[in-house]
Amino acid sequence: MSETAATTFAALPAKPDAPRSAVTEGRAVRWTLIAVAIVFLALFLVVPLATVFVQALSKGWETYLATFREPDALSAVRLTLIVAAIAVPFNLVFGIAASWAIAKFEFPGKSLLVTLIDLPFSVSPVVSGLIYVLVFSAQGVFGAFFVQHGIQVLFALPGIVLATIFVTFPFVARELIPLMQEQGTAEEEAALTLGASGLWAFLTVTLPNIRWGLLYSVLLCNARAMGEFGAVSVVSGHIRGLTNTIPLHVEILYNEYNFVAAFAVASLLAGLALVTLLIKSVLEWRYAGELAAGGRH
Amino acid sequence: MLHDFDLDVRAGELLGLLGPSGSGKTTLLRIIAGLDFPDRGRVLFGGDDATGLPVQKRAVGFVFQHYALFKHMSVADNIAYGLNARKRADRPDKAEIKRRVGDLLDLIKLSGFADRYPSQLSGGQRQRVALARALAVEPRVLLLDEPFGALDAQVRKDLRRWLREIHDRTGQTTIFVTHDQDEALELSDRVAVLDRGRLEQVGTPDEVQDNPASATVLRFLGDAVEVEAIAESGQVRVDGRPVPGVVSPAGLIGPLKLYVRPWQFQLTEPSAAHLRGTVRASHRSQGRQRIEVERGEGRPLLVEDFDGERYAAGHPVGLRIVGGYVFA
Repeated sequence: MSETAATTFAALPAKPDAPRSAVTEGRAVRWTLIAVAIVFLALFLVVPLATVFVQALSKGWETYLATFREPDALSAVRLTLIVAAIAVPFNLVFGIAASWAIAKFEFPGKSLLVTLIDLPFSVSPVVSGLIYVLVFSAQGVFGAFFVQHGIQVLFALPGIVLATIFVTFPFVARELIPLMQEQGTAEEEAALTLGASGLWAFLTVTLPNIRWGLLYSVLLCNARAMGEFGAVSVVSGHIRGLTNTIPLHVEILYNEYNFVAAFAVASLLAGLALVTLLIKSVLEWRYAGELAAGGRH
Repeated sequence: MLHDFDLDVRAGELLGLLGPSGSGKTTLLRIIAGLDFPDRGRVLFGGDDATGLPVQKRAVGFVFQHYALFKHMSVADNIAYGLNARKRADRPDKAEIKRRVGDLLDLIKLSGFADRYPSQLSGGQRQRVALARALAVEPRVLLLDEPFGALDAQVRKDLRRWLREIHDRTGQTTIFVTHDQDEALELSDRVAVLDRGRLEQVGTPDEVQDNPASATVLRFLGDAVEVEAIAESGQVRVDGRPVPGVVSPAGLIGPLKLYVRPWQFQLTEPSAAHLRGTVRASHRSQGRQRIEVERGEGRPLLVEDFDGERYAAGHPVGLRIVGGYVFA
C-alpha cells in the first residue's frame, strides 16, 4: 500500500501550483498590487503613527512623563474618561434598545429610524456641534429653559457629553441590527414558550447571543468617544483645565508650539487606537461567526 | 389568515395539521401556543379560556422547524432551561432538575451528550434535544411546527417512527404541522386538512382517504385525475359505462367531475374501456409502473399499475375505471 502511495505521490509535481481560477491575475500584477498597498499603508498610516511616539519621546522619558504631571493635561484626561464613561453606556443602552426594536418588531417608521441612526455618520461632526450650540445657546430652542434653571449646557460637561453621544450613537446599533436580524426571534420565542419572562429571555438568550458583537461595538464606540474632536470642539469653549478633552488639549499644545507635550498627549490616543485595533482583531479572528456579517468598520 | 375555525383536539391524541404552504397551519399552531393572537375567536384548554393568557402561562411545549436551540448552552442546560426559568417557589431543586434532564436524555437516546453544544450535533439530534426541552416543562399540549422539515429523507423517516413511539409511551397530547401527506397519514391519530385558512376536514387517516370531504382534500392527499362523467339513476357513467363502486350523490343528475386516483385505473382492451388513449411514457419504481396516457387534448393521465406488461410509447390502450370520488 505504501508503495502505491509513494508512486502516486512521486507522480505529482514537486511543488504544485495553486489551482488557477478565472479571477486570479498573473504574478506580476499580483505583486504590484500588493506592493502598492503596502507602500501606501506605510506612508499614510505606519509612519505617522510611529512619528507620534518618536516625537513624544524626542526629549526623553522625563519630559514625556512630565507632560502628564501638568494639571491641565490631567484634567483633559479626566474629562475624556468622564465623557466616555457617560456616553458609551448611554449608547450601549440606546443601541440595544434600537436594534432590538428594529430587528425583532415590525412598526411604522422602522426604515426611517434605521436611516436616522446612520445620520451622525453622514453629518460632519462640526455641523453636529453647531446644531447643539444653536439648540442650547441662550437664544436657542431649549436654551432659555436651561438658562432659567441655571444649568450650563454649552461650554460645560453636559454639552460635551451630548455632542459625543450624538457622534457615537450609530456604533452599537449598526453592529447589532444586522446581527439580531440574522438571529431572528426563534430562540426568544422558544424561551417564552418554556415559561421565561421577557426580561429573563433577554438576559439568558438574547444577550449571550450578541455578547461579542456588543463588545466589538462598544470598543469602537469608546475609541470614537475618546477621540472625537470636531463636535466637541464646537461645544466645549476650550476652557483650559475645565472643558478640554484630550484631543482639544493636543490642539492647544500644538498651537502653542509645545510639540513634545502635544505629541506626548497624542500618544495616549494613538495608544488607545492600537489597543482598540488589537482587541478588535482578536474578536474578529476568534468570534467572526458571532459578529454581524456586514458590520465591519 | 384563518377563517371560521373550529377544531377540537382530544386529550392524549396525536393530531396532524396538514396543508399546503400558506394554508394557515403554522399560524394556527402559533395561536394555540400564544405566540400569535387571533383577531376574533377563542382558544380553550380543557374548558379554560386561554385566549388572553400570555405564552408563558399556557404551559405548551413548542418545537420549531429550525430547532431554535440555545446555541451558547450545553444540551443539558437547554433541556433544563424551562425548569430553571421558573420562579424560585416552583423550581425543582438542582438534584431534581439533574435527574429530570437525565431521564429526558435517556428518552431521546442521547445520554452521553449532556455536555455537548448544539453546534456539535446533527440535525436529527438537535431536533430530539428540542423535543426533550419542550417535554421538560411537562406541557399540557406539545406543539411541533414542521418538526422534520429541515432534515433529510432517511432521518425524517426514523424520527417520525421515533416520535410515534414517544407519543405512545408518554400519552402526551400533541399537535404537529406538516405539508407532507405521508408524514401526516403515517403519524397521526387524526388529521386536520387545512386550505387557505379554512379547515377542510378532520378525521382519522382512513376517513380522510376513504371519504375526502372535498376535491381540495382529495387532491392534496395524492395525485388524482379529473374525468368528465354523468350521474344518472344513482350511477356514475363515463362514456356510457357505469363506474363500479362509485355512487352518485343523492338527487344529483347530469354532468359532474369524477376524481380518479392513478391506481383506480386498469389497463384493458380499448373496446371495453371507459377511456382510450396512447402510451406516452412509462417508468417503474418499487414494483409498480406509472404510465402516462395521452388522450388527444389536455394533460396526459397518470396511471399506476403493478409492474406487469410493459408498454412502448405510442401503444394504444384502454383504461377501465374501478373507483373514484364525486362531490356534490
